[in-house]
Amino acid sequence: MTAAAIPAATRRAVPRWLAEGRALPVAAVLAVLLVVWYAASVWLNEPQSREQLDRAGAPWTAADLVAHAWSMERPVLPAPHQIGVELYESVLNRPIDSRRSLVYHAQVTLSATLAGFAIGVALGILLAIGIVHLRTLDRSLMPWIIASQTIPILAIAPMVVVVLGNLGFTGLLPKAVISGYLSFFPVTIGMVKGLRSPDPLQLDLMRTYSADRAQVFAKLRWPAAVGFLFPSLKVAIALALVGAIVAELPTGAQAGLGARLLTGSYYGQTVQIWAALLMASFLAMLVVGAVGLAERAAVRLRGGRL
Amino acid sequence: MSAEGTKALGAKLSGPGRALDSLPAALGLFALSVLAGLLTVARIAAEGMGASSVAPLLITLIAGTSALVRLAARDGWPGRIATPLLFGLLLLWAWEVVVTAFQVPRVLLPAPSAIADALGRSWPTLAADFRQTFVRSVIPGYAMGCGAGFLVAIAIDRSPFLQRGLLPLGSLVSAMPIVGIAPIMVMWFGFDWQSKAAVVVVMTFFPMLVNTLAGLAAAGSMERDLMRSYAAGYLQTLARLRLPNALPFIFNALKLNSTLALIGAIVAEFFGTPIVGMGFRISTEVARMNVDVVWATIAVAALAGSASYGLIALVERGTTFWHPSFRK
Repeated sequence: MTAAAIPAATRRAVPRWLAEGRALPVAAVLAVLLVVWYAASVWLNEPQSREQLDRAGAPWTAADLVAHAWSMERPVLPAPHQIGVELYESVLNRPIDSRRSLVYHAQVTLSATLAGFAIGVALGILLAIGIVHLRTLDRSLMPWIIASQTIPILAIAPMVVVVLGNLGFTGLLPKAVISGYLSFFPVTIGMVKGLRSPDPLQLDLMRTYSADRAQVFAKLRWPAAVGFLFPSLKVAIALALVGAIVAELPTGAQAGLGARLLTGSYYGQTVQIWAALLMASFLAMLVVGAVGLAERAAVRLRGGRL
Repeated sequence: MSAEGTKALGAKLSGPGRALDSLPAALGLFALSVLAGLLTVARIAAEGMGASSVAPLLITLIAGTSALVRLAARDGWPGRIATPLLFGLLLLWAWEVVVTAFQVPRVLLPAPSAIADALGRSWPTLAADFRQTFVRSVIPGYAMGCGAGFLVAIAIDRSPFLQRGLLPLGSLVSAMPIVGIAPIMVMWFGFDWQSKAAVVVVMTFFPMLVNTLAGLAAAGSMERDLMRSYAAGYLQTLARLRLPNALPFIFNALKLNSTLALIGAIVAEFFGTPIVGMGFRISTEVARMNVDVVWATIAVAALAGSASYGLIALVERGTTFWHPSFRK
């Protein structure tokens, strides 16, 4: 559909930012999602609700059934408002250092994510610098770096945790190692691309200035690569979060969003699982948004362009 | 050691002249380092780290690095295939030597030979795990997830409103830790492969959706105008112009998803399985301290992952040979 196909009247009735921006479509899709969710929660919880209402003995109507399905303690699919209440309770109504506070668990996961992200970014950038400057490294390492991503890395998470635990490292470090392993790859790929992005003319110019490798790197390659760095960092930090959560799963970690998921699944606390999941998604938005802010700051420092 | 340093060392070993820079010389050094490497491993296995294993160790290192430098300097198969192959072999060799020489406990890190041994020993179990996880969970889930993502993308492609609504959400979901839905899916669909396939469906859906939409938008306006001037209908434009143009994007998603699918299925098995499956094997054998079996399972998973990635990449080469990224 093109702009011409929209009747002139509707075009004028709706303000331009609403008609052409993303706010309205996203809100519409979210609203549909919410309706579908409520309906699905009735549909999935109905058998259990029916049974429990029958057991209670009193006659019940369809409205009772729906109300019951939306307020069960261990529903198959909790209604959105139940998750909202659980989130509110466990985020705002508990002391932050309590084990029942989601903020506490989120902070545990976040610290592992950030530590892993730091490891991954440092490793990724170092590898990229080596690969761009040494042909031998490029030819021998690059295929293996790509192959390393076709391996289900997360599968070795439990083992890394156990091995490092045996060596006496527990807590943050094993999780950070897994996060780092997941997040180095996009950084390496992006930086290799970025460090190679200066075109031959610019490299020749540096040569006519008789710049050595370090100078070419500092004055040409690195500035050119920064524009490639930030998109990779966004992918990397999202992966680091996934790594931290999965690293908390297999070893019966005491705290963290992954541990929260695991205990929730042991005890059938579906509302708790969904709340932890939403919290994880919120965390993902937060960290990706933070990288976005850093990108903006970098752009501003450079006078408006990368 | 820097490249210059290695090169200087290689030059010193080869003496005057550049005869040793030829391809046969590089391959000879390759073979020499492999032979010396095997000898080192045999020596260390027989009598531990001693004087007799130092000489082959040094020969392996020197011949290996100089072969690497020589091969990497060449184009064609020696540079592109032999170099990474030799590097991988050297890595395996170093792993084996370090583990056996310093007698690293098996629980921490088994030697590659021990892993190969475990692979042979527990082959029937591993094959059953592979069938359960890969054939029964990953492949159906992958097919359904990618298929659904593709179809939904085609469906909403005609509505700019839905696109503007779904694309931001789709990229948001792509950044989310979707593996977290594994416990919920296990609750809904039970312990068997259905729940794993469901996790794989959700994980692969959004990358496919986002990539196909981007791909469908990739055809330029000139080409669309040309199709219009041919009086081509929607379906004809889709089949002849826009889908072929979208193929590179679709293959991107297919490759990305092949890894995601395996991860999703294995992680979902951490939350409950029948007593078979790669994720189940990993979590139970870690608990029983049979680390070599765990590594063998990981080797199988790595092979399956790389093989499916490679297969998709081959199909991509065959179908999108016209794309600039494949031009020489």
